[in-house]
Amino acid sequence: MSAYTNHNQDPRLHGIKTKIRVVPDFPKAGIMFQDITTLLLDPKAFKDTIDLFVERYKGKNISVVAGIEARGFIFGPPIALAIGAKFVPLRKPKKLPGKVISQEYILEYGRDCLEMHVGAVETGERAIVVDDLIATGGTLGAAMNLLERVGAEVVECACVIELPELKGRERLNGKPLYVLVEYFDI
Amino acid sequence: MSGYKVQDSRLHGIKNKIRVVPNFPKPGIMFQDITPLLLDPKAFKDTVDLFVERYKGKNISIVAGIEARGFIFGPPIALAIGAKFVPLRKPKKLPGKVISQEYILEYGRDCLEMHVGGVEHGERALVVDDLIATGGTLCAAMDLLGRVGAEIVECACVIELPELKGRERLNGKPLYVLIECFECCDSQKMKEENE
Repeated sequence: MSAYTNHNQDPRLHGIKTKIRVVPDFPKAGIMFQDITTLLLDPKAFKDTIDLFVERYKGKNISVVAGIEARGFIFGPPIALAIGAKFVPLRKPKKLPGKVISQEYILEYGRDCLEMHVGAVETGERAIVVDDLIATGGTLGAAMNLLERVGAEVVECACVIELPELKGRERLNGKPLYVLVEYFDI
Repeated sequence: MSGYKVQDSRLHGIKNKIRVVPNFPKPGIMFQDITPLLLDPKAFKDTVDLFVERYKGKNISIVAGIEARGFIFGPPIALAIGAKFVPLRKPKKLPGKVISQEYILEYGRDCLEMHVGGVEHGERALVVDDLIATGGTLCAAMDLLGRVGAEIVECACVIELPELKGRERLNGKPLYVLIECFECCDSQKMKEENE
């Protein structure tokens, strides 16, 4: 599901989409990088972004918002705070101190590993996973794996931007995906 | 200045949620882990509220947050006070045109980058991170903002390690923290590494 393709398009979405800057050939040739930093420079557009997610998830008994390092750390905590949920950071290897579990994954341009603290999430907790963007779905897939391995129920994945042509949505083990903006590389 | 001396009733709950992990990332360092704080919605909200109460209505238009844990505390503060959020990142993470500042930190050497054009001359700014140790990272952050003509109003951190004297390295700029941690590091070892 995408807020952008809804027939009753929320009027806030246009302002959000126009604030995303596309940077060609970053981090390497051929990639059109979706830069959300320009969105963060517009307090109204940034607030609208958070509000759209909060309105969707408030009152749904979601107790965990997991955010993927590092841009998921920008969007996840404000959502968690507004819905009264825990914020659980999912990090690159060796960043989290103490006991962690790890999940390896293949991403759009390479291979990586994601870690989560043992004990952060309890069995049966309802969780959403937040990141700025979904491309191939590899990172989000790893994030969901970590949460499910400790017995959490992943309710939905939430991203600001989707690149539908990379079909990440199909790689989420049947879990739903909600995005605000779709970008097509025409 | 430290919120702890004023003893707001919320501070006790916040301090209790910070976990000290010995010998991370290497022997001798007592790592101040803020992740348990984030697992307590009330304590996390109280943390953000304490900063927001201090900075709201002070005409601050920039909250700069240092990657990565500054990204957790900075945006909620920025949203609540109506300011822009400016991420300060490790090298090669920000796309497009950036300026860079090298610095020496508690356990090594690094470089911080900021986008060109996000901050305008004369804007009033805060720099936010989870913790101040030696002050090297915060100093680099302030340098970046200063180079584009912003006015640093204050540096804001959840935790300070006063024995590392980071407060003295902020070029006279004020520092506001919620929690001070003493005997939380092998101070002698830190001094030796920094010499």
